[in-house]
Amino acid sequence: MSRETLIDLIYLVSATTFLLALKGLGSPKHARRGNMVAAAGMLLAVVATFFKYVNGHPLHHVWLILLGIFIGAIVAVPVARFVKMTAMPQLVAIFNGVGGGAAALVSITEFVHIKSTHPATYIILEVLLGVLIGTVSFSGSSIAFAKLQELMTGRPVTYPGQQILNGVVGLAALVLIVFILATGSTVLLWILLALAFVLGIAFVLPIGGADVPVLISLLNAFTGLAVAASGFTLKSNLLIVAGTLVGASGILLTRLMSAAMGRSLSNVLFSAFGSNITASGATEREDGRSVRSGTPEDIGVLLSYASRVVIIPGYGLAVAQGQHVLRELAEQLEGKGIEVFYAIHPVAGRMPGHMNVLLAEANVPYEQLKEMDEANSELQTADVALVVGANDTVNPAAMDDKTSPIYGMPIIRADLAENVIFLKRSMRPGFAGIENELLYNPKTLLVFGDAKDTLTKVVATVKAS
Amino acid sequence: MGNALLQYATVFVLTIFVGIEIIAKVPSILHTPLMSGSNAIHGVILVGSILILGAANTNLEMVLGFLAVILGTLNVVGGFVVTDRMLEMFKAKPVVKKPAADEVAE
Repeated sequence: MSRETLIDLIYLVSATTFLLALKGLGSPKHARRGNMVAAAGMLLAVVATFFKYVNGHPLHHVWLILLGIFIGAIVAVPVARFVKMTAMPQLVAIFNGVGGGAAALVSITEFVHIKSTHPATYIILEVLLGVLIGTVSFSGSSIAFAKLQELMTGRPVTYPGQQILNGVVGLAALVLIVFILATGSTVLLWILLALAFVLGIAFVLPIGGADVPVLISLLNAFTGLAVAASGFTLKSNLLIVAGTLVGASGILLTRLMSAAMGRSLSNVLFSAFGSNITASGATEREDGRSVRSGTPEDIGVLLSYASRVVIIPGYGLAVAQGQHVLRELAEQLEGKGIEVFYAIHPVAGRMPGHMNVLLAEANVPYEQLKEMDEANSELQTADVALVVGANDTVNPAAMDDKTSPIYGMPIIRADLAENVIFLKRSMRPGFAGIENELLYNPKTLLVFGDAKDTLTKVVATVKAS
Repeated sequence: MGNALLQYATVFVLTIFVGIEIIAKVPSILHTPLMSGSNAIHGVILVGSILILGAANTNLEMVLGFLAVILGTLNVVGGFVVTDRMLEMFKAKPVVKKPAADEVAE
């Protein structure tokens, strides 16, 4: 067997491990092992690559390659190890961005390398796609990182003529691509790189708030496709398979997320949702209707006498760092023979499935985390729905108020439970800035204050009763 | 446009379908690890970066290739470590903590 065949076989094994890892994610039981298998497959591929011959000779600059890997690894490991789980979305965003950047660099370098051989048009096209998508992913992810890390406002950033300007930049990139295909000019390629960089920023700026989970999935798909494009350029099945898998996964998740918000993808990407609603709801409700508010002790008693409790957490819970106390409360209730589970809305948190990770970190067993549909079918028989730090995801306006901006979004049916408890900081509307009718429902009890403090008091009451 | 391109295009198209099939089966509880796990997988661009730097002839190619290797490593190492950390947290319910405790989960 020749050296090249052997290396290609190893690449085949690696690609298979990537598939196995994704398959392992079908259940929390096998997921971790799958990830390790993929990591081993990746290591194998990287090591095998060192033995590859390019253009008939062994790799040059081996020490420089090792130095690069060393630098990357000593930065990545501590960051990945010690970042907080609430900061996970921005970390995923930035790792995604550097992947896109690497793909763009690979494509552009290959172009510089092969330019003198006058490559065929389709090869140039592959390069251009790699550069364009990879760079958009890089700069877009960087802005997403800045938004999530609160280095800048997390709200949509809009300015007059924004969509027209974005359209012009996008169009300019397309025209440039045609010109480069015709001329093979390197100078134009650098201009495309700069333009793609601007495009990524301009594209992400108007997307904010609750739409960020969709954005991150999409950027993930972009990087995957950029890697696949580099794979075409480098004639590597491994890169094509891995990149395409990620592309498919990202696009699927993007669609799931927009569906979970009841909006189309183009609406999410281009409507700057939430920028023009500035707490209008807070003053609107001056018609004398009152809410029923209670004390943590009231809740403690109410919960103690329930037989089935559904907890509906939102990102506000994580902001208050109340996950651990919440789990403690759930355990207390279970100790009393009360059935408890968590109902998780797909867009709760800052990235797809974020809330599950935050609760898992607080040692909530995954059997207790239920998806929206399953939870909804059980909420009818629940005695208490305990809403902690969530708002829009339980707002019935999404079902019956056609004028509401969130109309059509699937919600968790907290309103079906016999009693509803809201732990809220204030009467302020949620992320999307929309008034919630459920707060005024006679069966709803509100407790204002920091979720963690309130929960601690509730736990004490439950313990005592 | 030769047979080689067609072969790669075949792999590309088939992988899209395989990917969608597999990923559609991932429950929403694991969507965050899915994102970060797939994030790690596209770190395979490191292989491409190594090949690029290994073939570099000019200083420009070397600089770009070196940057690509650093970025690719960040992506792949960070991605796998974060995913592992996340998945480590997903635990099943302890079988029986106290004999009296009710089994709630099915």
